Amino acid sequence: MSSRRGAEPARRVEITPELTLPKLLVETARYYGDGKVAMREKEFGVWRPITWGRYLEEVRLLALGFTALGLGRGDKVALIGHNRPEGLWAEMATLALGGLVVWLYQDALIDEVQYVVDHSDARFLVGEGQQEVDKGLAIKPRCPKLDRIIWDDPKGMRGYDDPSLTSLAEVHRLGRELDARDPEAFERMVARGRPDDVALLFYTSGTTAQPKGALLTHRNMLKMGQNMLAVDPCKERDDFVSFLPFSWIGEQMMSISCGLMAGFTLNFPEDPETVQRDIREIAPQVLFSPPRIYEQMVRTVQVKVLDAPRLKRAVYQWAMGVGGRVVDLAFADRPRPAVLRLTRQLADLLVLRKLRDHLGLARIRHAYTGGAALGPDHLRFFHSIGVNLKQIYGQTEIAGISVVHRDGDVRYDTVGTPIPETEVRIAPDGEILSKSPCVFKGYYKNPDATVETLRDGWLHSGDIGFIDDRGHLVVFDRRKDVMTLADASRFSPQYLETRLKFSPYIKDAWILGDKRQAVTAVICIDAGVVGKWAEDNHIPYTSYPELSQKPEVQTLVRGAVLHVNKSLPSAARIQRFVNLHKEFDADDEELTRTRKLRRAFLEERYQDIVEGLYSGAPEIHLETTVTYEDGRTSRSKHTLRVVEAA
Amino acid sequence: MADSILQVEDVHLAFGGVKALRRVGFEVRRGEIFSVIGPNGAGKTVCLNCINGLYYPQQGRIRFEGKDLAGFKPYQRAALGISRTFQKIELFSGMTVLDNIRLGRHLHMKAGLLSGAAYLGKAAHEEIEHREFIEREIIDFLEMTHLRDRVVGMLPYGLQKRVELGRALALGPKLLLLDEPMAGLNLEEVEDIARFIIDINEEERWRVTCLLVEHDMGVVMDISHRVAVLNFGEKIAEGTPEQIQADQLVHQAYLGEEADVFTSRR
Repeated sequence: MSSRRGAEPARRVEITPELTLPKLLVETARYYGDGKVAMREKEFGVWRPITWGRYLEEVRLLALGFTALGLGRGDKVALIGHNRPEGLWAEMATLALGGLVVWLYQDALIDEVQYVVDHSDARFLVGEGQQEVDKGLAIKPRCPKLDRIIWDDPKGMRGYDDPSLTSLAEVHRLGRELDARDPEAFERMVARGRPDDVALLFYTSGTTAQPKGALLTHRNMLKMGQNMLAVDPCKERDDFVSFLPFSWIGEQMMSISCGLMAGFTLNFPEDPETVQRDIREIAPQVLFSPPRIYEQMVRTVQVKVLDAPRLKRAVYQWAMGVGGRVVDLAFADRPRPAVLRLTRQLADLLVLRKLRDHLGLARIRHAYTGGAALGPDHLRFFHSIGVNLKQIYGQTEIAGISVVHRDGDVRYDTVGTPIPETEVRIAPDGEILSKSPCVFKGYYKNPDATVETLRDGWLHSGDIGFIDDRGHLVVFDRRKDVMTLADASRFSPQYLETRLKFSPYIKDAWILGDKRQAVTAVICIDAGVVGKWAEDNHIPYTSYPELSQKPEVQTLVRGAVLHVNKSLPSAARIQRFVNLHKEFDADDEELTRTRKLRRAFLEERYQDIVEGLYSGAPEIHLETTVTYEDGRTSRSKHTLRVVEAA
Repeated sequence: MADSILQVEDVHLAFGGVKALRRVGFEVRRGEIFSVIGPNGAGKTVCLNCINGLYYPQQGRIRFEGKDLAGFKPYQRAALGISRTFQKIELFSGMTVLDNIRLGRHLHMKAGLLSGAAYLGKAAHEEIEHREFIEREIIDFLEMTHLRDRVVGMLPYGLQKRVELGRALALGPKLLLLDEPMAGLNLEEVEDIARFIIDINEEERWRVTCLLVEHDMGVVMDISHRVAVLNFGEKIAEGTPEQIQADQLVHQAYLGEEADVFTSRR
């Protein structure tokens, strides 16, 4: 079977029973050679191209170098760092020699790094520079299986002389040496790879317990790419921007699976701070991000609009209104009158096109969101401005995707229909089950969890949902998160939270109300947006905690809550809320690294708030411990005012 | 004795009746970070101004790499390889970060006005070469990639300080005079700048000798090789950070300030 490739001369990728990711890399790189750019990296302000020929050569030398350092089949390599070509090369090199790749979040704290490195039995840790090396050296005494730390960026690395440190340049040199002695070595090691070998050991973010390591094979990854591309083919001339953590399955999906299959060009931003600009420069045709990226885009637009002169604001409102009407009709399968279509074109010319350009979406063909729920208001926003944003549903355990919206069949409240070779059904208790060639092998060193998740080849997601009359899957919420309201109806806190987050003033929200008489919320205001609003309205403040408790700010947030309440059944309406004195932070374990709320932890940590919200007290007194990025802690006291929203 | 790059000998400077510097003399060795500390009004900045030619001492001599600097204008001293940053930021606030830094490189541009305006062969080549230097050795080095095209006046103070450091570096100096680079910065920014100064001093591609005037004692004691102390225009002590911290005279000069004057705000 081949991926469909439109009008271009098709490069047919056939998934033979022997194909692995490195074999596909060799095949793809030989096909394009130095005639096509595989990736670009922005460095020193310039986009520098790297051809497929060079990509393969770098991977080859690193694989040989790792071998010379003693890495062998079945060994694990932990990788940590920002998105850079070197990271991808190290990953492919590890896979080429038959090793397993374990990606860590770049901002993971030392304890998290230690847990994953130790639990995965990683022998090598490949980091980007000094920061990662420091983490590596700190955990090394407690991770006996870790015997080498490899670094790349020499900045700040003078004066490091630990014998376990090796530079990537040195790995290169060793690779070249081995190549001279044994020129066939690389071909041999790639040829030994089998599709059922495990390629990736993926630590899932874990909203409740310690992360679990999901084992994904080469076949899982290849089939996922193939079936994803069967739905929405990518072209080899497409550009993709790689800026999300490699430790997120979605990034592996695009950069590795789809990248190798479709042969499109990966673009690596210069710096985490320059991502937004770099995306705009590249203007990718394909984008796959978790909701927070889209939420951020919406917020950027909303804030700029709030700041714009009246005329501009009026033109924007008009254009968005027109865009929204067209989308509503289209989604309801109703005909769009010719006049409206014409007006839509005018709106596009005047406003929407420019908005797309500023968001880096000027050439976008398919934008995907996945990993968490995106609110219906956000989805509608993007379709209103003419961006084909679609939901992807899947878990790391099924290589990231089982269900996706089809072009022209997007619905606000669904996530679409299964991709080829994938079956989805609903268990009697409402749990979403799925089955496909991409279902993982199990959790590493955790047979209990494996048995619980994987029964008769069906992946048990832990999500509650149903299939609607059009065959679309609707995801309600995590089973353990579903709330039972006062009137005994079941409700999804996540739905309320995503609705609230459409307000530019609200960064995060946490909904309470399971088996209680009323629904309440804990809200984190957006420091930047609310801060600017306060300045514009001459409201003095010195800090986030103070800003969050200003009566004016609480009125502002109350407005947003009331707006959401309007469209809710009465039992689900938010009765009262507090503005939290801080933003939720993954370093405080309040969020996972993918920014999902860790509800059980929050309930425990903010027990006083939960009690306060239901005790009828006008104020909540709070004492908390704050952890700083360097691991220091401090205690602080706060008073939060309870705001009635009913 | 290590090779000395700057010798300040018996320098006097008075503004009318105010004797700003009296018999000040010290020597900065090649490759070190040499700090000048002292209470407010002790003459630290005046001292830097004498070295880079904003003031001319009424007595005494300042020698840079053996050359007597008397009669050298500030820009001539810059051409010799003396570069500086200012206590109160002196940047072109309406220009971008990149343009400000390029200005620091101006001295190294050889192309004439006409060929530069026409952007002909050699001038274009030179421009590209310098642009590359700025990108690699300054923008990337000082972690300013996201600031390149930002207008300086719109940046927070801490980042403006970093831009100023970048402009001073663009000159490719042998001696870098730093006038209170940490003043007004928050803890995180102080740590950043301290790290950059160490990098500038130690990193193979720079290895610049630094003369630092600074009030944050924690930083001074942490990063300096040697320290001189001024009080009312006179040098009262000189030595390693350990020697200075043990010096009685120095403690007296700082009398009235808090007891742990040598610890930083950490």
